[in-house]
Amino acid sequence: MAFGAIATVTGLALTACGSGFSEGGGDGASSDGALTSSDDSLTVLIASSGDAEAAAVRDAVASWSGDSGTDAEVGVASDLPQQLSQGFASGSPADVFYLSTDALAGFAENGSLLAYGDQLSETDDFFPTLVDSFTYDDQFWCAPKDFSTLGLVINEQMWQEAGLTDADVPTDWDGLSDVAAKLTTPDHVGLAFGAEYARVGAFMAEAGGSLTNEDGTEATVDSDENVEGLTYVKDLVTSGNAAFAADLGAGWGGEAFGTGKAAMTVEGNWIAGAMNADYPDVDYRVAEMPAGPGGQGTLQFTNCWGIAADSPNQQAALELVEQLVSTDQQLAFADAFGVMPSVQSAADQWKTDNPDSAAFLDSADFAVGVPTQQGAADVIADFNSQLEGLSSAEPADLLESFQSNYAAILP
Amino acid sequence: MSTASPRVGRRVGAGSAGGPVRPGRTRRPGTASRGEATSGWLFVTPTIVILGLFLLVPMVMALWVSVSDWSGRGSPFSSSVGFVGLQNYDDLVNGGGLAARDFGISLRNNAWYVVFVVPIQTAVSLFLAVLVNRQVLRGRGFFRTAFYFPSVTSSVAITVVWLFLFTQTGAVNRALSWLGIEGPAWFQDPSGVVHNALGAIGITGPALLTDHDLLGVSWWDWFAGPSVAMSAFVLMAVFTTSGTFMLLFIAALQNLGGDVQEAAMMDGANAWQRFWRVTLPQLRPTLFTVLTLGLIGTWQVFDQIYTGTQGGPAKTTLTPSYLSYTSAFAGQDWGRGAAIAFVLFAIIVVLTIVQRAVLRERPVSRRRMSLYEPTATGQKEARR
Repeated sequence: MAFGAIATVTGLALTACGSGFSEGGGDGASSDGALTSSDDSLTVLIASSGDAEAAAVRDAVASWSGDSGTDAEVGVASDLPQQLSQGFASGSPADVFYLSTDALAGFAENGSLLAYGDQLSETDDFFPTLVDSFTYDDQFWCAPKDFSTLGLVINEQMWQEAGLTDADVPTDWDGLSDVAAKLTTPDHVGLAFGAEYARVGAFMAEAGGSLTNEDGTEATVDSDENVEGLTYVKDLVTSGNAAFAADLGAGWGGEAFGTGKAAMTVEGNWIAGAMNADYPDVDYRVAEMPAGPGGQGTLQFTNCWGIAADSPNQQAALELVEQLVSTDQQLAFADAFGVMPSVQSAADQWKTDNPDSAAFLDSADFAVGVPTQQGAADVIADFNSQLEGLSSAEPADLLESFQSNYAAILP
Repeated sequence: MSTASPRVGRRVGAGSAGGPVRPGRTRRPGTASRGEATSGWLFVTPTIVILGLFLLVPMVMALWVSVSDWSGRGSPFSSSVGFVGLQNYDDLVNGGGLAARDFGISLRNNAWYVVFVVPIQTAVSLFLAVLVNRQVLRGRGFFRTAFYFPSVTSSVAITVVWLFLFTQTGAVNRALSWLGIEGPAWFQDPSGVVHNALGAIGITGPALLTDHDLLGVSWWDWFAGPSVAMSAFVLMAVFTTSGTFMLLFIAALQNLGGDVQEAAMMDGANAWQRFWRVTLPQLRPTLFTVLTLGLIGTWQVFDQIYTGTQGGPAKTTLTPSYLSYTSAFAGQDWGRGAAIAFVLFAIIVVLTIVQRAVLRERPVSRRRMSLYEPTATGQKEARR
């Protein structure tokens, strides 16, 4: 595969040859704010969770196409980061595409992206924390497509079997430990979730911790608050009332929950789709994450609609994105494949349509985004690999290596 | 692995064609008519162009990327791309940060994979070849096909099957439970098998090993052995590649003359001695091929990791080729990705040279020779 890797790297380079060694036109940041405009048709590249999502995006783009008279075609990527990289290297990328928070910095840094956020007509309507997630280098790069938060998902039947009522839904850590103990039986544990920052991080936020200071200039991973949050998770896991999903032989929290190996899990609103498809018989409810010593906290995940700096028709791309993030269109997407709209004007309608999942959207008020610095994905992956051994490790030690790795990537 | 198979085919073809072709002596060199030379070049030109364009140029470009700060946008040869010397390599080896540690971990994982896979797959394939080469075996064709079958199946498909077989409640653990063994959650278990074995007899890491490290990985962790998850991949590699190499051994076995065997038989060598002392030494060139292809294939393991575990659990199935891919495409660190690929290239070349030196034909040692020299009593008997 060394040769494979060489071939891939250079395959890209060759594609660059093919397009006449184009220098990629401009610095991509479009400092003067002028957008390119032409009659070229648009290509839209998405990573789809399934047929429903692909069909919904196709319909939306086709309807925009009909109105605007600009042709547009939707492609579904099998490996989005790779296909985006290929496009950027060759100088002929997709015009509009899904972009994840951890890919933003790398592509923004090498000039592949158009920073169009400030040219959107209604930036104030987005949830502010989502705008933060796509702000890098003091520029708002792209429009948040939709988002997810983490909540506490509870198995109704096990809840009742343990003699618990609505009043017992935990609102703080003590309450959570308490119900986890009551829900634990020889057949299943009370609570299970993945051994990864994307779940455990919620507890660090509840303890009042964060990964950086306000300005994002200094790493604060090894703060007392984060140690407290991680220690709470360790106590939960070592008590036997909670377990990491992998230790139960499940691939993720939703699987442990759906198969009845756990009575509660910490997952995002995507769990609705998984429960419908794989475990339709399990009756469940969703609660907000309980508060820790630092108040309520949860994590938020999001993607945005990226526009390529090399797109010959940025004007049309921007118009398409405006349409895709409009309130009505986002509600249509939510209806089609269960995502949460990124604009506040759609929130009430969404909660009315999805009363069972309202807790996820209510959590937006206290949700924090995951880190977006270039190289953050590697640092988080390293922390995740150590979390699996949390029950026999010292939380402070884990955070210490996280801290030094994270400090190394901060600007 | 999949990259190795086409080469296998070519080598077998070249080997069985009957040795190197010597230039004819009847005509003086240089007198070949000009037309012949021209048409010769004409015939090889397409190959040279294709190989140059798709093999040589890309390799040179990748080499350039590995010593540049190319950011992944536009041509790597544009004026805005700078030369950074060996910095990408230096970051990997001396960087001390996360990049160096990940690289160390990936080398550790892959080294253990090689250590387990190469000897086992060579031994298994040789054993299978000898087995299906026997004239007395009924249904030889069936067995050959059956053993070869995994090799022609897509590695991605087999990985998916493997993920199913090795889940906590999968077929493998079901089978183990009949023997009273409780199987691990294979692909979720990051513990190293050597550590586990040592732990079972009460040995944990001595401070001397745990306190010192190489490439950010402590010496104790270098000796962890393949993780349980990686062991499942080891089994898979043996399962999928033994068939290919069995084919090579069969071809070699069928090329061996029967006369040497018969002579050994007349000398009273039993079946075991005939295999070790007569057959195996004659298989040396094939053995070299199999070991070399094995080394290359195992150091390049990628498909299984990409489709199976993505480096998890706890990075114990992270391999350099997968790390090269993620550094470039996910991390947008193209220089580092290319540098890893070239370090891997160097490792493979060095190991192949070492292996060549170890397997070279040596003159028979005096001690060995004395076994075959007629003894004093033997000579006396002979004179009589």
